[in-house]
Amino acid sequence: MLRCAKALPIMTDRPMSFQRMILTLHDYWSDRGCLILQPYDMEMGAGTFHTATTLRALGPKPWNAAFVQPCRRPTDGRYGENPNRLQHYYQYQVILKPSPADLQELYLGSLAAIGIDFTKHDIRFVEDDWESPTLGAWGLGWEVWCDGMEVTQFTYFQQMGGFDMKPVAGELTYGLERLAMYIQDKDSVYDLAFNDAGVTYGEVFHENEVEMSTWNFEVADTDSLFDSFRKHVAECENSLAAGLPIPAYEQAIKASHVFNLLQARGVISVAERQAYMGRVRDLAKGSCQAWIEKHTPAWQEAYPGWTA
Amino acid sequence: MTDFLLELRSEEIPARMQDRAREDLAKQFAAELAKAGLAATELVTYATPRRLALIARGLPTETAAVSEETKGPKASAPPQALEGFLRKTGLTREQLVERDGVLFAVVDKPGRATAGVLAEAIPAMIRAFPWPKAMRWGGASTTMESLRWVRPLQGIVALFGEEIVPVEIAGITSGAATVGHRFHHPGIITIGWADDYVEKLRACHVIVDQAERRQIIALGATMAARKAGLELVQDEGLLTENAGLTEWPVPLLGRFDAAFLSVPPEVIQLTARVNQKYFVCRDADGALADAFVCTANIDAVDGGAKIVEGNRKVLAARLSDAKFFYETDLKVPLEAQAEKLDRIVFHEKLGTVADKVARVAKLARWLVEEGIVSSKPLPFRGGVGGGAVPASDGQIAELPHPNPVAGRSGSQPDLNRAGRGSPATPEGEGLKEELANLAHRAALLCKADLVTGMVGEFPELQGLMGGYYAAAQGEDPRVAAAIRDHYKPVGQGDDVPTDPVTVAVSLADKLDTIAAFFAVGEKPTGSKDPFALRRAALGVISTVLTGNIRFALNDAVAAATWQWPMASVRNPVGRAAERFDELRRLLNPDAKAAETFFRAELEAAAEEVEQDEIKVSERLAKSVVATVDFFADRLKVQQREAGVRHDLIDAVFALGGEDDLVRLLARVHALQKFIGTEDGTNLLAGYKRAANILKKEGVPSSPSPLRGEGRGEGDASTSVPLETAAQPLSPQKALSYTPEPAETALATALDSAEPAATAAIAREDFEAAMAALASLRAPIDTFFETVIVNDPVPEKRTARLALLDRVRAAVHNVADFSRIEG
Repeated sequence: MLRCAKALPIMTDRPMSFQRMILTLHDYWSDRGCLILQPYDMEMGAGTFHTATTLRALGPKPWNAAFVQPCRRPTDGRYGENPNRLQHYYQYQVILKPSPADLQELYLGSLAAIGIDFTKHDIRFVEDDWESPTLGAWGLGWEVWCDGMEVTQFTYFQQMGGFDMKPVAGELTYGLERLAMYIQDKDSVYDLAFNDAGVTYGEVFHENEVEMSTWNFEVADTDSLFDSFRKHVAECENSLAAGLPIPAYEQAIKASHVFNLLQARGVISVAERQAYMGRVRDLAKGSCQAWIEKHTPAWQEAYPGWTA
Repeated sequence: MTDFLLELRSEEIPARMQDRAREDLAKQFAAELAKAGLAATELVTYATPRRLALIARGLPTETAAVSEETKGPKASAPPQALEGFLRKTGLTREQLVERDGVLFAVVDKPGRATAGVLAEAIPAMIRAFPWPKAMRWGGASTTMESLRWVRPLQGIVALFGEEIVPVEIAGITSGAATVGHRFHHPGIITIGWADDYVEKLRACHVIVDQAERRQIIALGATMAARKAGLELVQDEGLLTENAGLTEWPVPLLGRFDAAFLSVPPEVIQLTARVNQKYFVCRDADGALADAFVCTANIDAVDGGAKIVEGNRKVLAARLSDAKFFYETDLKVPLEAQAEKLDRIVFHEKLGTVADKVARVAKLARWLVEEGIVSSKPLPFRGGVGGGAVPASDGQIAELPHPNPVAGRSGSQPDLNRAGRGSPATPEGEGLKEELANLAHRAALLCKADLVTGMVGEFPELQGLMGGYYAAAQGEDPRVAAAIRDHYKPVGQGDDVPTDPVTVAVSLADKLDTIAAFFAVGEKPTGSKDPFALRRAALGVISTVLTGNIRFALNDAVAAATWQWPMASVRNPVGRAAERFDELRRLLNPDAKAAETFFRAELEAAAEEVEQDEIKVSERLAKSVVATVDFFADRLKVQQREAGVRHDLIDAVFALGGEDDLVRLLARVHALQKFIGTEDGTNLLAGYKRAANILKKEGVPSSPSPLRGEGRGEGDASTSVPLETAAQPLSPQKALSYTPEPAETALATALDSAEPAATAAIAREDFEAAMAALASLRAPIDTFFETVIVNDPVPEKRTARLALLDRVRAAVHNVADFSRIEG
């Protein structure tokens, strides 16, 4: 049916394991000219925080990359008891700048590659506009449904760090665990086959969920968290003053994660919440601005007439 | 005559925008055609997730030829004039036409090819298309000038007859090719002309007509349910949404685990509807069934088995979340939840939700104890919610008014005193106390569900969940119902509470919100009403009018207004005292000097706070007045829709003493009826004439009987009674001259009309009051016809002015006619 779905490398009766799915996506996007990057080595709430998305989305230079990003959302922890909710999970991110004209077809091709049959499954693009107040970013797009389940966030970024996208980048964020549960027909994330040799997702991550949920909700020392928040804010400002947008941005990400932990510990009141988020947003925006200012001369030289 | 087809194909258009987009497309197209003097005989529009299309039928192939004639100089005019005209028109002398000695330039403009008009119109329409939210995309988006569309635009079909209308925009060239269903027929389809568009696409698994897709879904879903022995719960919104999400809709029925039915049906329905866009079903007994209907966008090769299975799983995950929240919430008593409300800020200037709850509970009790809300069965008043108040005789039901008009000055009422409003019978007191306790209890718990897991997940279930949890923990059913319904009415058409416990909590909640925001200066302005105070006021008005609730709005607003801010002022004193104690504890207790110092500081602080209290009192008194005025405005807006003239409401409000909404409207309705009669129109004219003369002569208004009881000081100071004016105009004095017959007649009419109107108003019979005024009409008319007011004899002039002043005063008994337009 779909023309661009290429023949699958391995087609067995057994559905794809978690890692095989990742490898297949890597192959798929690598074949289509994407850099295959590794996860950012810092705690973050979403793949969008990876500098390969945030910072690289800015400016006129083409940029095509794909990577897996572990995401940490402390408040989503359920001590390993909920089959669908995790405080640590994986997103598969693809960022394509400028957004190619056939982005939807490319995306559907990737679904076909991991074994989704469009003659039996109902794929739908349902309006879902994306906004990240923390990053000062927004875009229009859809959540992609497969038989009623949201498997991907599909977004055309319009702004990042408060700056208009010139040009617009397309971002695909696959929820890997959900997709795998779907493909493998499992009701619990912990029952997923991680590899083809009998190791389950639960064996790899269950204990992690139990312990991290406990720490996030009950143990993490809030005084030192408040202290780190302040220090990351200060360090971000320090880096900005030194004209170093990348280290500044890293500090913003750290502050954002510490804020998430404080939220999980339930020590930030509703009233304070806005103020903290505003703080993180200012840091992230400041970093983006510094990045743009630093590179604008080179960009303008390579792309005459381009302006931020 | 030729037909035109336009298809704008894009990536998926949000379902909610499609209907509006069709309208806008038709509107824009018609406007572009009109510019060229063209009009289609018929315009049809279609929308699917991937295309927006228009078919215009019956267009001419060319626009009409136009002959433009410009008048020039006379044939006999000097050569300079002729040269100028030739230059202007670009013609030669030979080309001009002479008629009756005058030269004309005649330019024949041939018709334009309609295709050319269309080729220009299409890009203009696309660029100016009013999407509620549009985006940029692709390589062209390096500048902000690149085309914006709802989602990336992918193709344009533009056919006039069988010819392609050439258009190029944003790198897209128009043609005759489109695509079919994304999965069933992804290849290219060539459209021949407008008439085969719909059928060609249908052959490629695209139902272009949204109405047809709706029908397919409605029928398919109903049949699927019926086949399972169930009844589909109809949902127009879902029909439209699913039609907007599919090009080839296939409704499929699935089942979910019946164990989830222990969750309240509203929750299941909401989860299914909002998150998954599923319909739900009822069983033969009308109870929610363990089934859902989803709408797929493909004809699956396995008949949809996998699709149903996938959707079932997603719904199960959602429902197990909901069930988890519900069961977890049930384990925590509402009192315990309510304690957590002190962590939620209601508004930065107004404290926490817990503070609000305390105020609402007090106010709800007060409303009952004052007899404003009572459990007496209410007399039926025609109409519900819209404030269609008066029974046809213009008389309002004879309920004793709970708050005799008195002492409304915005001063501080005491919410802690016992009720002393209505005449109490021992039995009535018992009922009242019970009602007050129920209202108080319901109010204390009414916001507790805000901190429950379920409402955290589905904010739109606020109230409803509280009602469930209250019932589950064995609260009185009236308390549970009040918790459930106290947000009502949320908008026009919503149910208006009528159960007294609910009414008390609902009124208290809304009055508190409005009064509190007004007191801190957060009033709605223009289009900004961030705290939805207008809606809250309308809710109060509908509830009061529907329940025929008699009370002085001023008192209730004052009661609400005075509740919280004094506490916020007094707090600093308390805090200062605490700080002082703390300091004393920290310091050496023997350090007398320090203690003396701090004590002095504390006293100074207390003094300051006292001053602040006075300021706050003044501010609050003003706030009460502003809030009541705000209600008057809302009432006007609400009544305008019911066909009541706003100037008549103004005329009654202007009397100042009228803030019982039920009585006010009865009065307005009687007035409107009266003004519509010939007597009314003529009396109004007579009144205006009298008022103008009095104004010109500088005779201030006499206080009307009601006016004196009005808002108090403010009104009294602006109206100086005639008796104290420079010229004593007492009409009662024996006249020093022989009055004209018309003068006598008017005086006599007034002698009977005044007391009749006053008495009628006292018994709230406003029709009778109007009738009394109507009796003045003829004497006034005759008076103006035959009597000269401005007589050179001072006594005559004075006496006649006094007479007119009596007319004005008598009319003011009923309404301030000067506010009436026309």
